Amino acid sequence: MASDTAVRPATGQPTPPDVLGLRASRRRTTLWLVGLTLGLVATVVVGVGVGAFSVPAGTVAQVIGHHLVGWPAERTWSAPADAIVWQVRLPRVVLGALVGAGLAICGVALQAMVRNVLADPYLLGVNSGASSGAAAAILFGVGVGYVEYALQATAFLGALAASLLVFLVARSAGRVTSIRLLLAGVAVGYALYALTSFLIFASGSAEGARSVMFWLLGSLALAQWNVPLAIVAVVVVGAVVLLTAWGRRLDALSIGDETAHTLGVRPERFRLVLLVVVALCVGVVVSASGSIGFVGLVVPHLARRAVGGRHVRVVVVAAPMGAILLIWADVLARTLFAPQEIPIGIITSLVGAPFLLVLIRRLHATSA
Amino acid sequence: MIEAAQLSWSYGRAQVLRAVTLAAPHGRVLGLIGPNGSGKTTLLRLLYGALSSPTGSVTVDGERLAALPPREAARRLAVVVQETGGESSMTVAEMVLLGRGPHLSTFQRTRPEDHAIAARALDRVGATHLAARSFAGLSGGERQRVLIARALTQRSTHLLLDEPTNHLDIRYQHEVLGLVADLAHDLHTTTVVVLHDLNLAARYCDDLVLLGDGGIAAAGTVDDVLVPEVLESVYGIGIERLETRGHLHLLFHPLARQEATT
Repeated sequence: MASDTAVRPATGQPTPPDVLGLRASRRRTTLWLVGLTLGLVATVVVGVGVGAFSVPAGTVAQVIGHHLVGWPAERTWSAPADAIVWQVRLPRVVLGALVGAGLAICGVALQAMVRNVLADPYLLGVNSGASSGAAAAILFGVGVGYVEYALQATAFLGALAASLLVFLVARSAGRVTSIRLLLAGVAVGYALYALTSFLIFASGSAEGARSVMFWLLGSLALAQWNVPLAIVAVVVVGAVVLLTAWGRRLDALSIGDETAHTLGVRPERFRLVLLVVVALCVGVVVSASGSIGFVGLVVPHLARRAVGGRHVRVVVVAAPMGAILLIWADVLARTLFAPQEIPIGIITSLVGAPFLLVLIRRLHATSA
Repeated sequence: MIEAAQLSWSYGRAQVLRAVTLAAPHGRVLGLIGPNGSGKTTLLRLLYGALSSPTGSVTVDGERLAALPPREAARRLAVVVQETGGESSMTVAEMVLLGRGPHLSTFQRTRPEDHAIAARALDRVGATHLAARSFAGLSGGERQRVLIARALTQRSTHLLLDEPTNHLDIRYQHEVLGLVADLAHDLHTTTVVVLHDLNLAARYCDDLVLLGDGGIAAAGTVDDVLVPEVLESVYGIGIERLETRGHLHLLFHPLARQEATT
């Protein structure tokens, strides 16, 4: 087959249509995007409607339309329905979508960067740093009374401090290598987990410990139309745009440093820039919602299975996938033991852990 | 044309290369040969700028490589490295199209002409039928040809290859190197290739640099370098040179046994 064509000089004949098989994969990506967009819209409507006080989907759509674009102008629904949809549940669903999307794309970026399919956004110790910050605010009132949104602010500062620490530990001679990053993330994570536990122990407040616990396992209960939500929105949307633009660079980096270099990407510099973007994005997300596990680990795999290995596509598809997954997890968290609300992290871990087991089995099967 | 002057490199305290100077002209295949640990790959990495020598410099067509922006460097030098990316879930065509990256701006998508270039490169390495396959599912030999296609897709005037015949059976070793030599001669590409196998070097290279003991032990045309006395001192093995059908062949004998029988 190949022997006679291999040494034949290029003839300059016109390329036969789609000899590279690109059209099929493009169509596949488009289909997934259309499906996910419809799915996201449906998920938002259902997610807002479901709860102790259930609101029909039609009403949900009308309330959202009324507030967003002023149509329908006439209110035909009750004031409580309006308040529940617009004031309580929609901000929560929007936050859930942003958190899910943010964790998913950061997972994609980190898995490409360290070339390890088990990497997740919390690799950088961001979540443990945020937890320590949040614990300090909840238990000892750090920052409370000085700044608005003290919980989110201290959590974000903790997240930044943790990722900075991981950078510094992982950096050697101006370079950050994948393996050092993994190890530094684990080490810093454990140290900060110990700090958080110590803060809980030292405070001696059972009620405070419970709040910290709830926050450790993740919750969207803080969601309101407020500044933190706007910051999350700006940062997550910005990260989606950046990572999409860097799709080809991520492709090159995911193959290896040497390959990246030969394709015009300086691996060390690009890795540093990526680390900053991911640390900021995850830091903001975690400060708003606590550490919600498994989304950033699982969704990149689903996205790659759906649309293949090109990162521009993986990022664009992973964002709505993460959003949908997290909204549904939150619906379950709110309704399973209603009126009690359980931490959303429990749901995502329950769904994520079996997935991880399947993944490990498959990895084992391919390497054996 | 790649010119390197006074390159050196050490890993920790171990100096691998000392003041190496060489030139790779257009239209010829320069082979880097030498025993394990003699610094062949290190020298190649210095030539494409993955390592930067604390002394001396590398110039590409007269311009300092270190001064070129990364993407500009990638438009001039295409490299086939040993790292394959076997875990990637990209298709072969997507893998090959990455070679167009240095020619596209950040937000630009690949254009029909990029696809045509990639298709021609795949055709050239005889891998058109693999285009829609998953890269991870290919055999070692197929991967190697696809990576060469990616390098061709970069459309650069310089091609560097690090042991491109690894993982290939005999037929593909000859095919791949035959292709590399054809490209150098047809398209006037400057080609530098690291090779282990001296007989392949003899057949497909025009010039050779023999590395040994931290420096260049011999350099020149194939005929000049593949001299038994020179090779024996560098490799520590008995070597016999034959010429059949206009080609040079080397036979190897372990020294200990040779001494025992004489």
